[in-house]
Amino acid sequence: MGSVGAKDVPVLLSPEGLRIDGRRLDELRPIRIQAGPLHQADGSAFVEWGQNKVMAAVYGPREVHPRHLQQNNKAVIQCKYNMAAFSVDERKRPGLDRRSQEISKVIAEAFESVVFAEEFPRTSIDVYIEVLQANAGTRCAGLVAASVALADAGIPMVDLLPAVAVGKVAGAIALDLKKEEDNFGEADLPMALVPQSGRLVLLQMEGHMTPEELSQSLDLGVQGCKVIYEKMKQALRDRYTTARLPAEGP
Amino acid sequence: MSGEVATEIRTTHILDLAASGKRLDGRGPDDYRRVLIEPGFVATADGSALVRIGETAVVSGVKLEPGKPFPDTPNAGVLTTNAELVPLSSPIFEPGPPQPGAIEVSRVVDRAIRAAESIDLARLCVAPGEKSWVCYVDIHVLDHSGNLIDAAMLAGITALAHSTVPAKRFELAEADYPLEVQHFPVECTFVRLGDSIVVDPSFDEEQAAQGRLTVATDELGRVVAMQKGLVGAFSPDDVRSVVQRALTHGDRLRKMVQGGTA
Repeated sequence: MGSVGAKDVPVLLSPEGLRIDGRRLDELRPIRIQAGPLHQADGSAFVEWGQNKVMAAVYGPREVHPRHLQQNNKAVIQCKYNMAAFSVDERKRPGLDRRSQEISKVIAEAFESVVFAEEFPRTSIDVYIEVLQANAGTRCAGLVAASVALADAGIPMVDLLPAVAVGKVAGAIALDLKKEEDNFGEADLPMALVPQSGRLVLLQMEGHMTPEELSQSLDLGVQGCKVIYEKMKQALRDRYTTARLPAEGP
Repeated sequence: MSGEVATEIRTTHILDLAASGKRLDGRGPDDYRRVLIEPGFVATADGSALVRIGETAVVSGVKLEPGKPFPDTPNAGVLTTNAELVPLSSPIFEPGPPQPGAIEVSRVVDRAIRAAESIDLARLCVAPGEKSWVCYVDIHVLDHSGNLIDAAMLAGITALAHSTVPAKRFELAEADYPLEVQHFPVECTFVRLGDSIVVDPSFDEEQAAQGRLTVATDELGRVVAMQKGLVGAFSPDDVRSVVQRALTHGDRLRKMVQGGTA
């Protein structure tokens, strides 16, 4: 988005209906999920999704910092989404920015919708997401990583939270946009699904879509989430069926 | 974090073991943990590396962009080293502005790169006083299991050695070209545990340590940077012996850095 008048708009959709990287419209990028790569965190996960590389870690339930956020009837879920300076083409200045804060907020709220927070009053469950390499869809990749990390930390939840973005490229509804499609496409719609209930706990949208296209996008997104859900469960199974070497990691 | 009592029991145990030449994880006083170096870990960086020392994991990414030389060094490019000790990597780190620990890591690494003249800053100057390359070395800690300085140094120098100057992208040359690294400094860190001085401290050993000493050496056998940290003291003879050990470990670690370069 926001690339009006940008130079060299690439061909986003071939006459055969294939996308810039050869995918079909309903095809995900390759996804690899590793549960528990970190040693200090209570739970962790590393997600490689297309050309995204995202690490997530969970600490807690533990004492609440800052103290005034403490709730007497449940745990608070605090999320920090952060991009490494070298994760994007133009170096990103380290530190908080408005985009990261908004993403952190909507991800924390998505998890609050599924975590049994009332089981841990007066504590904090801290979710950290570090984007090491970005290529569109980092909030979804971060959410998927954080969800697996929460499960790895043993936090009780209604369900895992698969997430994916659907968008519109060259007039067609497409699953899981990569960078060029995000930059030059017409719409972007990230979502996170609770597979058990079929409901969405994260939903954002930017661009132009007709109500019909939106409806089609929701169906396509739910379909994509179900595929990712299986990969998330498999990553957690693998965590306990393969021995972890002392210095294994991302 | 486990409570104070557990930490104190562990500290006593670490010191007791050290008195008989042993360590909590079974290493001897001069045993370095297993080191793994993976250059090119981050495709969006101009150069990068993932480094693991035992359970410690650090990623470094180099970015080069056009900027302006400092007024007092109009003929030199700019080198900036920055370490992020993000709360993802350890229960002891909290969100917020860089803490003194992070600043110390980045400054000690920066000193070694600068003093060893790893990068010829004059060659990063494009137009004296007007335009030069700014080289950012960003270090991101993922898993803090001790000895961040050595890990950050290995990641930083490996990332630099694998960096490409994006001259074409910024329309400063016809083609991109490799960043030339002239010297390869590596840091080697030791901590005092009672009368024993051990190499490559784990997180628990750093908590128990009675002084930390880091020595950076280069491939010419020069000592290029040092840093004494934590509460504790070293005699001049301690320092002399640590330097000798740092040279030996440094040679081995540097081969791993350069092995990836070829």
